[in-house]
Amino acid sequence: MSAAVSRIREPLIMGNKSYHQITEDLIGPTEKAPNRMWIIAFTLSVMTLGYGIFSLCWTFWFGIGAWNANRTIGWAYDITNFVWWIGIGHAGTLISAILLLFRQRWRTGVNRAAEAMTIFAVMCAGLFPATHTGRPWFDFFMFPYPNTRGPLWVNFNSPLLWDLFAISTYFTVSLLFWYTGLVPDLATVRDRAKGVRKKLYAFFSMGWTGKAKHWQRHEYLSLILAGISTPLVLSVHTIVSFDFATSVIPGWHTTIFPPYFVAGAIFSGFAMVQTLMVITRKCFGLEGYITTNHIESMNKVILVTGTMVGSAYLIELFIAWYSGYIYEQFAFYNRVLGPYYWSYIGMMGCNLLAPQVFWSKNIRRNIWWTFFISIFVNIGMWFERFVIIATTLARDYLPSSWSYYWPSWVEIGIYVGTFGLFFTLYLVFARVAPVVATAEVKAILKQYGDQYMGENAKHHHHHHDATEDVEHDGHH
Amino acid sequence: MKGHHKEVLFGLYNDEEVLMNAVKKANKQHLDIMDVYSPFPIHGLDPVMGLEESRLHIVGFIFGMLGTLTALIGISWIFGGSLMFHGDWPTIFGGKPYWSLPAFIPITFELTVLFCAIGMTVVFYIICGLGFGVDNPVLDDRITDDKFCLAFQTNDMDASAVDNLKGFFQSTGAEEVHTKTI
Repeated sequence: MSAAVSRIREPLIMGNKSYHQITEDLIGPTEKAPNRMWIIAFTLSVMTLGYGIFSLCWTFWFGIGAWNANRTIGWAYDITNFVWWIGIGHAGTLISAILLLFRQRWRTGVNRAAEAMTIFAVMCAGLFPATHTGRPWFDFFMFPYPNTRGPLWVNFNSPLLWDLFAISTYFTVSLLFWYTGLVPDLATVRDRAKGVRKKLYAFFSMGWTGKAKHWQRHEYLSLILAGISTPLVLSVHTIVSFDFATSVIPGWHTTIFPPYFVAGAIFSGFAMVQTLMVITRKCFGLEGYITTNHIESMNKVILVTGTMVGSAYLIELFIAWYSGYIYEQFAFYNRVLGPYYWSYIGMMGCNLLAPQVFWSKNIRRNIWWTFFISIFVNIGMWFERFVIIATTLARDYLPSSWSYYWPSWVEIGIYVGTFGLFFTLYLVFARVAPVVATAEVKAILKQYGDQYMGENAKHHHHHHDATEDVEHDGHH
Repeated sequence: MKGHHKEVLFGLYNDEEVLMNAVKKANKQHLDIMDVYSPFPIHGLDPVMGLEESRLHIVGFIFGMLGTLTALIGISWIFGGSLMFHGDWPTIFGGKPYWSLPAFIPITFELTVLFCAIGMTVVFYIICGLGFGVDNPVLDDRITDDKFCLAFQTNDMDASAVDNLKGFFQSTGAEEVHTKTI
């Protein structure tokens, strides 16, 4: 348990909430009929998803030839989208795990939705390599199991196989972490519901009653899952970067890739969390729980990781020149001034320059600025992956095989379809489960509620002393 | 639970600090607490209630080790080249030895984490008696909302002992006192 809260900390729960009010505010949205905005958004998402499914069926029917990927640019739109989505899938577990270990209480406002986002983003990501195999019905060949094909085993020395293990593990652990945290909140929904809804939530809340021993074990489990998820989340994008770094392609074969990819993943993940949170808090009236302080904290993370990514771009350029290796020099010359110069400009502008406005506190705390910069970052990080993948491959060792790539309507359809999948799942989640971790918010109310902090704390002096007393006992 | 009904007398408190003081007082009076239920974990309650530390981390460690061994033994058995295994199908990749440990580390790490997480979570649900479709009796619907519940089992108590408990609840600031058979 943490020590007493610093006086200069900003409150994280606004509006003088009581425990019951927190329940009303956070569980309430699951109990009302969906509003028009939700229905319109859901319809659009399902239609987009439908178009994605159509494009996927088209791909399966006609084969990968329906894509514009070619012999030179074999990894193109699909792997770009894969890396982009998997990067977005990094913020959720980072928020839940690393911020839990660092005792950053502001995680409680956003962790539930961010974890959900992680899970849905990883699902979208997994779709691309699974399809890119060309015959997805044989994808189970990727798993090492005793077989009659030789026996022919998978290559355990290959980063592509490490990736398969990393991403399946990441998905499974994130899902367990997320659902275990959700169980007590589903029990709250259950205890307020009637009829069929009560039966449904009773099934999914697993018989949770809030026993002291169960809470104790629940906290242990969360803490240890956080402990093992922390290296896991760092390993996933490290391994994704190995897909490139262990090759012999100039521009890919660089040791800077793992930290640079991990920073980029956190950067894009937080940007997507911001995009979603700004909309979610508005739609569900959660301004008291996802406060300007939460938004500012996340903007600080975006600024730090954006600057790290930006430095990595500049270091890459410098090292390419400094190496004296002409192929490396050409690869980077080609990135900046080659046929895809526009994607390099997009990458630099959106990732290196745009987030720098967050040095200003007023902009960090401004909702509109936050929203637009988060969109810029999402776009910029897509360009980054496109620059690394397509631009690099377009100009390889053999000028006779140089090529240009532009996605076909089928590829665009699949990409757009993953947005449909992502938002359909997110909208369903936001309807059926509390988007803010209700029990966790209640647990920090007496330390971070606005009525217990700063000037207001004086009126609650009795409570405050008692809280510290309780925590003091907890230490022994 | 058929044939084994529990008579439960429980008090609902509005605040976890009041509940905590009640638990301390119950200890002083040597009252036999059945359980405490709350909408969120109350820090510092475990030692007061005399709950032992959870040993879930040991479960996690054992499953983690199982994952490590599964990966290392599995890959070694397939690729061979080590002292223990001649290999089911040894293959040379890029001129590296059959048994090239550094290349096996990422998968070994992932399986360690995977086994640890699944094992620990499943064991958590089993030892807590929780699972999809489990229907545990709920003392009061507001315990998952804003009430903090202290419960005593009164099956073998005479009327005066029950009255004593009711007096205890009143003196410790319980907002409501109820009985329920579960």
